Amino acid sequence: MMEIAAFIRAAQKEELRPYPRFLLSAEEWQAMSAALAKTLHPALLALWAESDRVHALLQDENGDLLPVASPIVNGAYAALSPARPAAIWFERVIRDLWGHSAEGGRDHQTWLDHGTWAIEAPLSRRPKARLGEELPREFAAPEEEDVHQFALGPISGGIAKPFHLRITMHGDVPLTAEFYMGYAHKGVMALMRGKLPRVAARFAARLSGDATVAHALAYAHAVEAALGVQVPARAIALRAIMAELERIAHHLFQIGVIADTAKFGILHAGCGSTLEELRASTARAFGHRLMMDCIVPGGLAADIAADGQATVLGMLDALQGKVSDLAALSFSEPPFLARLQGIGRLSEQLVREFAPGGPIGRTYGSHFDARRRPGYPPYDSLEMPLPQAASPDAAGYLRVLFAELRTSMDLARRLLEHLPDGEISAPLPVSSGEGLGVAEAPRGDVWHWVRLDGGMIAASFAADPSWRHWPLLEAALVGEAMEDLPLCLACFHCSVSAVDL
Amino acid sequence: MPSLKLLRNLWKRSEARAFPLAQAEILTALQARLQEASQRRLGRSLAVRHVDTGGCGGCELELQALASVVYDLSRYGLSFVESPRHADVLLLTGPMTHNMKAGVERAYAVMGQPKWVVAVGDCAIDGGVFQGSYACGNGVTTIPVDVVIRGCPPTPHQILEGLLMLLEANATGG
Repeated sequence: MMEIAAFIRAAQKEELRPYPRFLLSAEEWQAMSAALAKTLHPALLALWAESDRVHALLQDENGDLLPVASPIVNGAYAALSPARPAAIWFERVIRDLWGHSAEGGRDHQTWLDHGTWAIEAPLSRRPKARLGEELPREFAAPEEEDVHQFALGPISGGIAKPFHLRITMHGDVPLTAEFYMGYAHKGVMALMRGKLPRVAARFAARLSGDATVAHALAYAHAVEAALGVQVPARAIALRAIMAELERIAHHLFQIGVIADTAKFGILHAGCGSTLEELRASTARAFGHRLMMDCIVPGGLAADIAADGQATVLGMLDALQGKVSDLAALSFSEPPFLARLQGIGRLSEQLVREFAPGGPIGRTYGSHFDARRRPGYPPYDSLEMPLPQAASPDAAGYLRVLFAELRTSMDLARRLLEHLPDGEISAPLPVSSGEGLGVAEAPRGDVWHWVRLDGGMIAASFAADPSWRHWPLLEAALVGEAMEDLPLCLACFHCSVSAVDL
Repeated sequence: MPSLKLLRNLWKRSEARAFPLAQAEILTALQARLQEASQRRLGRSLAVRHVDTGGCGGCELELQALASVVYDLSRYGLSFVESPRHADVLLLTGPMTHNMKAGVERAYAVMGQPKWVVAVGDCAIDGGVFQGSYACGNGVTTIPVDVVIRGCPPTPHQILEGLLMLLEANATGG
């Protein structure tokens, strides 16, 4: 069989802006699935459905995007999970939300649907009513002697997110680790349906609180592409400033959490106080500490405050020294670094199968960054230093975070110093179309797909990099000592809400 | 030499105290209120157990900020604890998804008396933007709520103020 990318590109093209989609017949989809099993490229970034088709977003080794779709035949489609383990969670979600089954899939257990909703397959054409009754759930348990199970969540830790983790252990060494999610399923896609794009932006902004800017941005990119809207230069620059500030905030928080978990109190405290200063400045400049709901399709909801530019620049000045101090503190503390070394090692095969994004991806040697490729304004006209190689463990991850902090501070400063004047928003035409948008969130590439019908959202999907990071975390936990589990969780720091939808 | 380093660090002002309070005047006002309140009745502190009932994570970020060195909760006698059995206050964020309902009710049931419930954020109060979804109730409706703190998400100050209000109300009400 010819190369998969060429095979896909030979299929019928459909209009999806800005990346055209290829429509495969059910047989061609199956052939694609079989061919994917023989190679690691292209990578699977997302898999979702509509009432009559299944969609996949693939990316070949050059970073080019291949959106593909195929019709659902008799309520089913050929599973991609035998070829791409990253598809497992997506296939279970498609079953729970749209009711389509993945033929030949690797896991058929429910995922988001715990049996508590009053309807089945809520996004299908005719959701069936039922009595809400909790569904039983089975976890893989090896049949060996001296093996015991350890359960954590959905209520765990101090201030923690709702997920369940089941670990089977031999002594203190985990043999299997399995997450069970769905506790934060809010039915976002059903809520977005039938709403105006600007109204629905509130849901995109609440997919993951710590990536609210990035999700709102990717969603806005998708809507703007679908409607062919040109965003004013001032809005583009301010959006990127917010996205970089969000990245700085996230990375400071992340370093703080890692320090806290490794019992390095002074670093945790330093990150916390530095982060509060950043939040105070974003509250003053953009009217919201997390910059939630500031980005809307077409541009911005409001301009930066009159003294916002000076406030944020002043904050960045102060931050420069503080981040250097925090870095010096981290890297001059051998016990802390030794604690992180070797934590979270993954096989190369796994990393290539799941194609992690963002700082996690860069820790494991992938240089994929959505700001560069496929790229979006204003980053196409900004120079960014290439990420440096790091050791593929928690210590390397810490270095990547500090390097990205510096890059983001520099980008935010350059954008603020050359902030263009003019409008902050363009009107949205009432029309139809499909768009795919991307933004580089603090965790990695965030993808939003929307289909607009007569100016309203007809269907949508959002793929956070956490979809690919959670299963990697499962793999990283196996074989690690039990006391390293909190550190692994802290480093991967996957979003619960963004995958629970 | 370690002893020299130790002396230098002792001489230096502590990192934790060197950071200015975000809004000193609010904090001192609240502190004064709390001191007055605790003299009247509270010979103890409040232990808070947070449960995310399926929110976006925004409220949790602000709770983490509240737990940071800047707000230094322990000086008010407030602390986050890991088990609902150790808690006086159940602090709920998120729109109470149907999938979390059983867990939250179980956590409330195992708390000792007297116990309070604080709903933090618009979602926990009435479902917020997620109102009317097939997957959530409209906020915390199945267990009694004592204090609500509005906002999406509320700022750490607002959350702190709400918790201190609870301390005060408890002290003067009984």
